[in-house]
Amino acid sequence: MITFLLRRLVLLIPTLIGVAIVTFFLIRVMPGDPVVVKLRADGAAVTQETIDAERKRLGLDKPISAQFVDYMVGLSRGDLGNSLWTGQPVLKEIAIRFPVSLQVAIMATIIALLISIPLGILSAVYRDTWIDYVVRILAVSGLAIPSFWLGMLMIMALLAWKNWLPPIGYVSFFQDPIANLQVTIMPALSVGYRYAAISTRMMRSALLEVLREDYIRTARAKGLFQSLVVRRHALRNALLPVVTVVGLEFAFLIGGLVVTEQVFNLNGIGKLFVDATTRGDFNLIQGLVLLIAVIFILVNLMVDLLYGVLDPRIRVS
Amino acid sequence: MADASIIPTATKPAVDVLPRRPNPVLQFIRTQPLGFAGFIVILAYVISALGARWIAPFDPEAIDFTAMLGAPDGEHILGTDQFGRDVFSRIVYGARTALAVGILSSLFGCSLGALIGAASGYWGGMIDTVIQRFVDVMLSFPIIVLAMVVVAVLGKWPVFGVDMNLVAAISLPIIPKMARIARSSTLSIVQMPFIDAARAAGFGDARIIMRHILPNIIAPYLIMTTAFIAQAILLEASLSFLGLGVTEPTPAWGLMLSGASADFYRTAPWMILFPGLAITLAVFAFNMFGDSLRDWLDPKMRG
Repeated sequence: MITFLLRRLVLLIPTLIGVAIVTFFLIRVMPGDPVVVKLRADGAAVTQETIDAERKRLGLDKPISAQFVDYMVGLSRGDLGNSLWTGQPVLKEIAIRFPVSLQVAIMATIIALLISIPLGILSAVYRDTWIDYVVRILAVSGLAIPSFWLGMLMIMALLAWKNWLPPIGYVSFFQDPIANLQVTIMPALSVGYRYAAISTRMMRSALLEVLREDYIRTARAKGLFQSLVVRRHALRNALLPVVTVVGLEFAFLIGGLVVTEQVFNLNGIGKLFVDATTRGDFNLIQGLVLLIAVIFILVNLMVDLLYGVLDPRIRVS
Repeated sequence: MADASIIPTATKPAVDVLPRRPNPVLQFIRTQPLGFAGFIVILAYVISALGARWIAPFDPEAIDFTAMLGAPDGEHILGTDQFGRDVFSRIVYGARTALAVGILSSLFGCSLGALIGAASGYWGGMIDTVIQRFVDVMLSFPIIVLAMVVVAVLGKWPVFGVDMNLVAAISLPIIPKMARIARSSTLSIVQMPFIDAARAAGFGDARIIMRHILPNIIAPYLIMTTAFIAQAILLEASLSFLGLGVTEPTPAWGLMLSGASADFYRTAPWMILFPGLAITLAVFAFNMFGDSLRDWLDPKMRG
């Protein structure tokens, strides 16, 4: 187990180097000049001299190959460079905003699982009854509703009925759980609903597949109750594909967060990404893309480990 | 008795007795009612996109400060926004943007993806490995992140009022997904005798891919293209909402929800309600139609 983990963690390194190289060159092709954008926003009169001076200060006057070497050397020391906009280290900019996004992502996953597993089971067990139809319609519409619009509808509903708006400032959960949940619960719901729709469909089709197996017929023939058959015999095998989907989608949750954080004014990774993109802050974009790649790989690793827990056959091989 | 009548006799030509081939359109309507409903909704969107000039009662970009934030009434049936522009007219014209960007990027992404996937599956070996690793990397990014980076890299390039770079940004995440599917279909086709026959006849690789493999993956191609139109519309709306897609004053659904409109939750809920409904209904319709098309054309793909 330990060697497996270590081997996977070592494999992380070449993948990350690849991602770093691709994003570095992709982003340098950008036609917009971040220095000009930044100086204009500062309100300074933009002359060629000020642009050149600022470029020199940020190290953008060097040839691209030299910039690349600098970047890779920095990367090997865990230094992602400084934000072109604020001048702060990229790592620091990300670290400030990471906890909010991570918390919302985890909450959304929990919400999605709490919704999708029971609904998926109901839908599969009562296949082709009205329960199944209602669940399927909910799932399909969940895929169609943009999460940012759902968030806006929730804000609107709260305003109309309770005349209350969620507070904007983020407080750590360990300092003040109630204030923390007030901020995070709605974004988590609006992202989680979409997520739940995807995993409900997966849960349903996986369980339907398993329920057709011979050993399920045997269990029924033994005279076991339907609920016991589903819970003990079918569910565990049906959970494998669901775990895969949940794992894969966790990285994509970050994508949902990009838009949802904008709606709820949450100062997280997603908002940082939008700001970095509109300002052409390539160091920051690069750091964020690397971060997303790391998350994706780590989540996949966790999914692989979870497989072993769910299915002893995989553990052996 | 049916068995006997199938045997053609001199007095009765076989054509009369053979079961008539069902009309495929009627068959689709009968077996896939939800998909047909989706198709009707899509048709309504297409009509409003093409005939926006005659359907929309107002100019979608006409600013009228005397009618700011007006509630829905007889004149402005879905109300007006903060500049007094008619929300209904903007939604009707917005169908143009959504469909143009959605259909173009899905077509473009799926076509390129199918070509790459077919080539990858046909040649196999080193080429296949390199392409598949690249596809893996592309698939590991959230689609919106990929699209945002491309939008930032490329800037704007309008052709006939449609920003082609936005189309490129949205089709980029579609390419690897389609390539995956096209590759797996190709792998099973390459095994077939008619490919050997084509090789034996001395046809070149390009001709075999274009004339013998691609026509055989047309079913998954059609299915995925329809399904990805829904995703592309959603992605365009999200990008426009973030201010990275379509820009003012062009009417687009995502844009109508963005920026200032968030200040009007209390005073003008219609500004938020209706554009979102337009997006949801369009995505829903394309999803429904795509699902039914899949069940109808290729029951094996049902998942």
